[in-house]
Amino acid sequence: MTEFLQQLLNGLSLGAIYALIALGYTMVYGVLRFINFAHSDVFMVGSFIGYYVGHHVPENTVWGGLVVLFVAMAGCALLGMIIERLAYRPLRGAATLNVLITAIGVSLLLEYSGQVFFGATPRTFPSVFPSTNFTLGTLVISSNQVVVIAVATLLMVVLELIVFRTKIGTAMRAVSLNPKAAQLVGVNIDVVISFTFGLGSALAAAGGVLYALNYPSIDPLMGVMPGLKAFVAAVLGGIGNIPGAALGGLLLGTVETFVNGSQWSTYKDAIAFAILIIILLFRPAGLLGKASVEKV
Amino acid sequence: MSFAFAQSGHAADADPIKIGHFGSLTGKEAAFGTATRKGIILAIEELNAGGGVLGRPVEYVGEDIQSKAGESATSVKKLLSRDKVVAILGGNPSSNSLEAAPLCQNAKIPMMAISSTNPRVTEIGSYIFRICFIDPFQGAVLAKFAHDHLSAKRIALLTPVTPYGIGLSNALRKRFTELGGEIVAEQKYAEGDKDFKAQLTSIRTQQPDVIAATGYYTEAALICLQARELGLNVPVIGGDGWEAPQLVELGGKAVEGTYYSTGFSASNVAPEVQGFVKRYRARWNGEVPEAVAALGYDAMMLYADAMRRIGTTDGSKLRAAIAATKDFPGVTGRITIDEQRNSSKRAVILTVKNGKTEFVAAVAP
Repeated sequence: MTEFLQQLLNGLSLGAIYALIALGYTMVYGVLRFINFAHSDVFMVGSFIGYYVGHHVPENTVWGGLVVLFVAMAGCALLGMIIERLAYRPLRGAATLNVLITAIGVSLLLEYSGQVFFGATPRTFPSVFPSTNFTLGTLVISSNQVVVIAVATLLMVVLELIVFRTKIGTAMRAVSLNPKAAQLVGVNIDVVISFTFGLGSALAAAGGVLYALNYPSIDPLMGVMPGLKAFVAAVLGGIGNIPGAALGGLLLGTVETFVNGSQWSTYKDAIAFAILIIILLFRPAGLLGKASVEKV
Repeated sequence: MSFAFAQSGHAADADPIKIGHFGSLTGKEAAFGTATRKGIILAIEELNAGGGVLGRPVEYVGEDIQSKAGESATSVKKLLSRDKVVAILGGNPSSNSLEAAPLCQNAKIPMMAISSTNPRVTEIGSYIFRICFIDPFQGAVLAKFAHDHLSAKRIALLTPVTPYGIGLSNALRKRFTELGGEIVAEQKYAEGDKDFKAQLTSIRTQQPDVIAATGYYTEAALICLQARELGLNVPVIGGDGWEAPQLVELGGKAVEGTYYSTGFSASNVAPEVQGFVKRYRARWNGEVPEAVAALGYDAMMLYADAMRRIGTTDGSKLRAAIAATKDFPGVTGRITIDEQRNSSKRAVILTVKNGKTEFVAAVAP
């Protein structure tokens, strides 16, 4: 029983990070109907910003950790908006495939510029938050896991409030529903899209810092696997659907952890992806996605 | 005819004995080749200072393979045909040795691989030897160490799915069971994984005395960090893949009290090791010799010893003499060349203490 609870906890803390990255994929898809493959590399840049800032704040303090988190989120929000402005906006209205290929190009650009600027050898992420272990009977909870779950939950609540309780959130939903109509009623579509990229990238940066806290070896290609998993999580939950992305992330992290702890750990990715295929066979729009008829 | 023979015989007395070395002096693997070269040169200088071998000076002929695939073969061809070396030293990564070995075998010139641990290297032919130990040997050493020094009865294996990790874990399991111990959990992971909490959680339920993590240093450090986070405070052990400054840098407090095996440690207190470390530091600006430097030194000294025993540098006789090496006193241990032409010797166990590696014991499997 303890083992089950412990694995569940491990899974949820991994899943929370997947969920944070998945939210960025899903939001961009929601407004622009394309997959921003550079998102996983924004996640990587987030950890590197955290790495550099982390060396300038006192280690093992809560406020130091929050500064690192905040600077990384702000830096990546800016990066996300720049990427959108330079790479995607000129292609607005072009065929989806062109944008998709551009996204892959931006992704490779970030990865390999990272190797030039940060170096290809893995770096050790500083321990910015204080770390202790809490024991609950035989269940051991590390403070990093608590930080991950708490920060991820908080950010998801804030996101939910932004999307459903603010003017810009209403504008985002309007653009997502029908960009032309939104423009006609006076929504500045450029501002909304820019904001969406900034918001998504900030969440990816938070994911990056939290990921690096738990797995403190960071390198320029670290975003590839978590990025792919988060993308799967977004599809699993129903792409374009915000609670769906969160649910997909948590589910994928938990399943992966349980498989990893069993005798079939070598097949963990195969099993996780097989589950995805099965779910999509029965629910093609994802767990929370609504099937919609494509209007021609 | 007889004149020509006499002349060449006469010239041989004054001619140096040429020893060829191939290794990466530039590129991403430059650290290995450079250190090996320094060890070999130190050995040659000491031999020459003592009057050379068979009354002839020893000459070092080096080739830089630039960390590139294919360069090992080109370099060895050059050493064999142009420089006419009597023996070859080299091969750090197994892939380099596998390229060079068939050429040496065909030319009937002995080759001594320095740090290539893949068993296939010496299987190429009777002229191919190895100065380092092979992966299965290390696994057996770790099992013995865990059993004797750590009094472990229950070991949990955490193995990466790589030839190195699987080889090490299989040998460890075999030897540890022979010694009467029990392997209580066997978990696997893929190279490059960063999350080991799931595997460690299921290992924790089996309450092992020791965890053996048979991968490389990055994973080993992450495993130690996550094991401590889960409250698993038993010793963690591993092979020479752990040997890198990053282990301590990344692992910090979590890797304190962990153990790993390796071929050589400059902090070994044995007088022959300390003498070598002192001479090496004097020759190379105070640098502390790494394992590959000590292996290069030993390989050269072993060649000299074999030549002295038979009084010639002739390829086939030299081969037989090297193969017959028994209890040769090297700085990396007393070396006996076994039937598979591998070196059999003790391995060194190191521990991490106060952020530094420290010598614990020399262990035979």
